[in-house]
Amino acid sequence: MGMTITEKIIAAHSGLRKVHRGQFVYANVDICLGNDITAPIAIEEFEKAGIKNVFDPEKIVLVPDHFTPNKDIKSAQQSKSLRVFAEKHHLKHYFEIGRMGIEHALLPEKGIVAPGDLIIGADSHTCTYGALGAFSTGVGSTDLAACFATGEVWLKVPESIKFVFHGKVKNWTSGKDLILYTIGKIGVDGALYKSMEFTGSAITNLPMDDRFAICNMAIEAGAKSGIISPDKNTEDYIKGRVGKKYVMYQSDPDCSYTETYEFNAEEISPQVALPSLPENTKPVEDISGIKIDQVVIGSCTNGRISDLRIAARILKGKKVHPSIRVIIIPATQDIYKQALQEGLIEIFIDAEAVVSTPTCGPCLGGHMGILAEGERALSTTNRNFVGRMGHPKSEIYLCGPAVAAASAVTGKITPPAEVLKN
Amino acid sequence: MKGKCWKFGDNVNTDEIIPARYLNTTDTKELASHCMEDADPNFTKKAEAGDAIVAGDNFGCGSSREHAPIAIKAAGISCVIAKSFARIFFRNAINIGLPIFECSEAAKQIREGDEIEVDLTNGEILDRTSGKRFKFEPFPREMQEIIQCGGLMNFVKKKMNQPENKL
Ligand code: SF4
Repeated sequence: MGMTITEKIIAAHSGLRKVHRGQFVYANVDICLGNDITAPIAIEEFEKAGIKNVFDPEKIVLVPDHFTPNKDIKSAQQSKSLRVFAEKHHLKHYFEIGRMGIEHALLPEKGIVAPGDLIIGADSHTCTYGALGAFSTGVGSTDLAACFATGEVWLKVPESIKFVFHGKVKNWTSGKDLILYTIGKIGVDGALYKSMEFTGSAITNLPMDDRFAICNMAIEAGAKSGIISPDKNTEDYIKGRVGKKYVMYQSDPDCSYTETYEFNAEEISPQVALPSLPENTKPVEDISGIKIDQVVIGSCTNGRISDLRIAARILKGKKVHPSIRVIIIPATQDIYKQALQEGLIEIFIDAEAVVSTPTCGPCLGGHMGILAEGERALSTTNRNFVGRMGHPKSEIYLCGPAVAAASAVTGKITPPAEVLKN
Repeated sequence: MKGKCWKFGDNVNTDEIIPARYLNTTDTKELASHCMEDADPNFTKKAEAGDAIVAGDNFGCGSSREHAPIAIKAAGISCVIAKSFARIFFRNAINIGLPIFECSEAAKQIREGDEIEVDLTNGEILDRTSGKRFKFEPFPREMQEIIQCGGLMNFVKKKMNQPENKL
């Protein structure tokens, strides 16, 4: 029997010719990642263990992106611990603010992750890099500390589920909508411990930014990883970014999946996930009219240039509804600059939205847009859990950039076609 | 392992276990003082050292924050029993040595306030209040090795001191 792309990557990094699902392996990592929340614990653990040197200063990435620019003294201490560690161990990939971006947008952009890589990150959305045909998965801080020392991680080879999207996506439907739709179908533990493999003509035709959004939210179905076979789009994206050798693995035709889901992309409207789980999804038409207090466009899911372009297309020449606030956060410095050059930032400011420097900020209720009791946000981020963006009695609705921008204009949840029609 | 049980539902996420507003610290005492705050604001007042958390499916879903099992462990909770665990929470618990057990029947039948006793060697949970016994699957050998070392870092140190054993 053949192997899935995920099995092939894990086998190649464990010194094995073949692996099977459920097998326990120690795998070599190409990159391990930590941020200003998770790395301080890893650094403490690493130092407590008395280990002198890191396994490879070129393969550790530290990104202070959650509470930065530091929101308070405690956060400043956490960021400082990353900075000190990076200097001490001569880490190649430490990103100080000014060069920093949200980690999962930044690493692909900088060419740090490549097809065929095995990547772990002490951040649950590390699964994003599956969009490049890599195996990447979120771990905890102690895993990261152990990896700093050894360059290895313990893994159980996951089972895979295949998701086939036929046809072409509709106007205003994006990668975010496909993944919200999928989570709505299988639930927040529908892919627990498993790898989600996304294929089909709709995926083949999707731009990389949309693919990142899809793999990014695999964790929201409980998955260990999300993955898309690398193809021409992938190669175009990594050209000029990735400087190392890489391998474009593909699943064998006779590999096995625990389940296969087939969806018709043409029938999928822009989606909205209602509080307080990402599985509570509905087509936007079904819930339009719900009043909101704040719109957030950003995060490692939807803070990329194509997301900002969609938002600008809708907001151009319009004003944000007077009763709400709109916060737009380009995910990296490069995206910020490109948005500036393309005139998108001016459109946002003219529309009376706030534009912030790259940060996770409100996505995790950190800073830059916290909700008060009883407030309701519509957000392009990835989690709408209780209290995620602020007060435990606030609410979050999740959506793609088009619905977010359209709703920013009307002050209530609105299908994009309605705003652009007028 | 003995203690009183506190029950929670399905999909308890790490934002409820330890809200992000407290993540600007790694101080375990401070984390413990906010344990389960957004799921039950009175939890730390009610729970005593040695007590257990009993929950439904997908316990610990959401972010990778190790602060979640750390907060639970530092609050003195002796173990977590659930129908299933989210995978990063599961890893983190193993890696820091917080005992967790996957057992659907126990999670279903144990009631809030019941006194339980866990027998690790025989893989059995005894509900002393109801008298019911529940079996659970022991972890795979490799994970048990990590747990026996007292967590992943101790395991790594041990391996690194034996150069013939790569991790
Ligand atoms: S943007 Fe949100 S989900 Fe993404 S890494 Fe930051 S906090 Fe996590």
